[in-house]
Amino acid sequence: MRGGAQPAPGDIAAYLRAQEHKSLLRFITCGSVDDGKSTLIGRLLYESKLIFDDQLAALAQDSRRVGTRGGELDFALLVDGLAAEREQGITIDVAYRYFSTDKRKFIVADTPGHEQYTRNMVTGASTADLAVILIDARKGVLTQTRRHSFLVRLLGIPRVVLAVNKMDLVDYARATFERILADYREFAARIGLTDIAAIPLSAVYGDNVLEHGGNMPWYTGPTLLEHLEHVPVPDELPGRPFRMPVQWVNRPNSSFRGFCGQVASGRVRPGERVRVLPSGRESELARIVTADGELPEAVAGQSVTLLLAAEIDVSRGDVIAAGDAPPQVASQFEATLVWLHEEPLLQGRAYLMKAGPRTVSATVMPIKYRINVNTLEHAAAERLELNDIGVCELELDQPIAFEPYAESRALGAFILIDRVSNATVGAGLIHFALRRAQNVHWQALDVDKKTRARQKRQKACVLWLTGLSGAGKSTIANRVEKRLSAEGHHTYLLDGDNVRHGLNKDLGFTAQDRVENIRRVAEVAKLMVDAGLIVLVSFISPFRAERRMARALFEPGEFFEVFVDTPLAEAERRDAKGLYRKARRGELKNFTGIDSPYETPENPEIRIDTTSVSPEEAAERIVSELGAAGITRPA
Amino acid sequence: MRSLTHLKRLESESIHIFREVIAECAKPVMLYSIGKDSAVMLHVALKAFHPAPLPFPLLHVDTTWKFRAMYEFRDATAKRPGVEMIVYINQEGLRQGINPFTHGSQVHTDVMKTQALRQALDKYGFDAAFGGARRDEEKSRAKERVFSFRSAQHHWDPRRQRPELWALYNTRKHPGESLRVFPLSNWTELDVWQYIWQESIPIPSLYLAAVRPVVERDGTLIMVDDERMPLGPGERPMLKKVRFRTLGCYPLTGAIESDADTLPAVIEEMLQTRTSERSGRVIDHDATASMELKKREGYF
Repeated sequence: MRGGAQPAPGDIAAYLRAQEHKSLLRFITCGSVDDGKSTLIGRLLYESKLIFDDQLAALAQDSRRVGTRGGELDFALLVDGLAAEREQGITIDVAYRYFSTDKRKFIVADTPGHEQYTRNMVTGASTADLAVILIDARKGVLTQTRRHSFLVRLLGIPRVVLAVNKMDLVDYARATFERILADYREFAARIGLTDIAAIPLSAVYGDNVLEHGGNMPWYTGPTLLEHLEHVPVPDELPGRPFRMPVQWVNRPNSSFRGFCGQVASGRVRPGERVRVLPSGRESELARIVTADGELPEAVAGQSVTLLLAAEIDVSRGDVIAAGDAPPQVASQFEATLVWLHEEPLLQGRAYLMKAGPRTVSATVMPIKYRINVNTLEHAAAERLELNDIGVCELELDQPIAFEPYAESRALGAFILIDRVSNATVGAGLIHFALRRAQNVHWQALDVDKKTRARQKRQKACVLWLTGLSGAGKSTIANRVEKRLSAEGHHTYLLDGDNVRHGLNKDLGFTAQDRVENIRRVAEVAKLMVDAGLIVLVSFISPFRAERRMARALFEPGEFFEVFVDTPLAEAERRDAKGLYRKARRGELKNFTGIDSPYETPENPEIRIDTTSVSPEEAAERIVSELGAAGITRPA
Repeated sequence: MRSLTHLKRLESESIHIFREVIAECAKPVMLYSIGKDSAVMLHVALKAFHPAPLPFPLLHVDTTWKFRAMYEFRDATAKRPGVEMIVYINQEGLRQGINPFTHGSQVHTDVMKTQALRQALDKYGFDAAFGGARRDEEKSRAKERVFSFRSAQHHWDPRRQRPELWALYNTRKHPGESLRVFPLSNWTELDVWQYIWQESIPIPSLYLAAVRPVVERDGTLIMVDDERMPLGPGERPMLKKVRFRTLGCYPLTGAIESDADTLPAVIEEMLQTRTSERSGRVIDHDATASMELKKREGYF
């Protein structure tokens, strides 16, 4: 029989109704391979009768074959597919297990192993309401206990169960348990974890897992399962103001315009005032539509469709909120970032940020510090590597409605996505909005870009020449500028080498310095375009992401990517500055093409094959393209 | 504070997943297998977009070896208002006469199901496919994402799966790449049955016990559903009261003897059963890692 007491024959309806009103607790178990975590989860599944005969037979067989319990049932094998997965070269991350008792249903996030531990634990913890932190009674509070606890606190899990396991190996000694608990409480208080329940147990023998057993009469608190069954779950707690991020606008016909979403917090009723963020427009809530009929009220967790009385503009990513208590709107934040990818986070690089249903562009400027999760110490950092955690400032390309993560997971959490690979590279928790964005407004000036450019009888634009060192960028750029200048146009040439002598002399050639190098030049080029100039940028600019970032700063039609295409062998053969020889000798680090990659442009506006055209022909072609695009011959 | 019931919470989560896909993907489709999980998935999807009609078609990858009762049920579903049903058969496999008897379950499944699915997705250019898989079904599914990323060759590369935090799903992909999306990831078998009961969702009659002709092979009861089933010398169909816990190709789906001919009786029996749901599937018997392998190759 599964899921608690057996229903009386014929009374299945009553049984199902009882099931229906069970609450759900999502929890995570934290511990290293040797703490008995898998054994504990395996035992919970076994004892709650969730293991079927065919699975049990397989378990008995596996236990004899590879078990660690001398042929007795090894519960760890129930959940541990780890060995098999290693053989297949798979890094398993988070597995979700399901069980239920008479009182409650449970989802356990199980994050095995040491590898990628931070990434996996953060993933599992992001949806958990409680954390079970395992400690080996023989070892007490270890560095990794502190790390697990810090991550639990970081992800805002309010409750912790300190499961002091392997009590059978310390003679069930009360003094050992109490010493560990005292140690832990001292540490937990430092990081602000206060809701801690400590339970001494033996997962192998089952003491204090479901039942007390006779070995620790001195412990009179609840068993682990009793505790899990009775701890309050979030929606039994007092609510917060109403918020619903809009996922999708439902417009089946011209008379119906519904805003679909899952209520993130609070409740709302028809007739109440709501405010739409970031626009700030208000309306009365007209109806709450579901397939099961209209509702008098929508509550947190519910997926609904809202109809507003006023015809106001609402689209995916907006937040509909209580009119009298709306969330804040901002475009610059301080946030904690957890880095999830092998490719490090670089300051200044633009990523996509998905916060609820809204996706915007976000740039990290700057990383304030990295947190050592073992010692909690802060250290200066220019990049975050896989599994690093840092506190950063983030700049968005548009304002969003948000709440601090500590108050709302739904409105305070986000992920970062790499624009080129589309990988999920980071997870973030918003702390607060930075004030400076609100205080420094863009000055709208009476004389604008168009006016300035018209005076020069041209349209402003940027010609962005990219290619390997020695490809011929500067030579070509120089000729283009000479020709334009001769025709009476107003130009400026930003050359990579020259800019590094001044504006960017503090930057080296590491990946993050290259990103910053490009960011500054792109911004300078933008100001010059605003001044009405035709700007030539001659920079290796090896990364697609930065060229894309540069392009994003300009209006459509203003940015011309010119790929000066010279094969590496040819550039190296020319080697006008002797740099390739130096790089080959190992005297120049991070040299593009040698030990740092060059990412070829995918869709450049202009491609110059220098093996088949001379610099003069290349310049001719670029100038004629500018004419065709109406830059030098404005209508 | 009034809180949602367990099933309402699951339903809301699934609706949220459906809407994310519709908002962010260009051409989604629902893989429809005619089973109970598909029935639940369709029911929730209709709710997600109400009052608008279903904004994507259903795709049945037909091996031509399903139970006759399943075909009837599928055709009835296709007639429901707002439902568009695409049926796809691997014609090359059909020409080669691939069938589970002569070619075995592995070849049959690979050609008529795995390859057929890839062909269908390519043919119509779907970039997201909803599937009814649940994490509680099988050990290797416990770690499956809700949004599972597939390469342009439909391969599931464990190293390229994206971390999934909170309810923030990354749906971005390059042309040709696609997503498999599992809106019922967090449902258990009991949740599915309970929901079917509570919402009165129609399911194929094969889930309920009835007297049916079966033969016993390697300890598994196989229903003799049509004349294509070759009988061994001396093998004669027996009439037994049986039902099916999962539905697939009839020669590959084991029946269980049962008296449960009503939904409550089926649920009661399920609560007391001592074998897992997938034990009746012949294709899962191979090796523990078989599911993992099939997934990498592009089978659901």
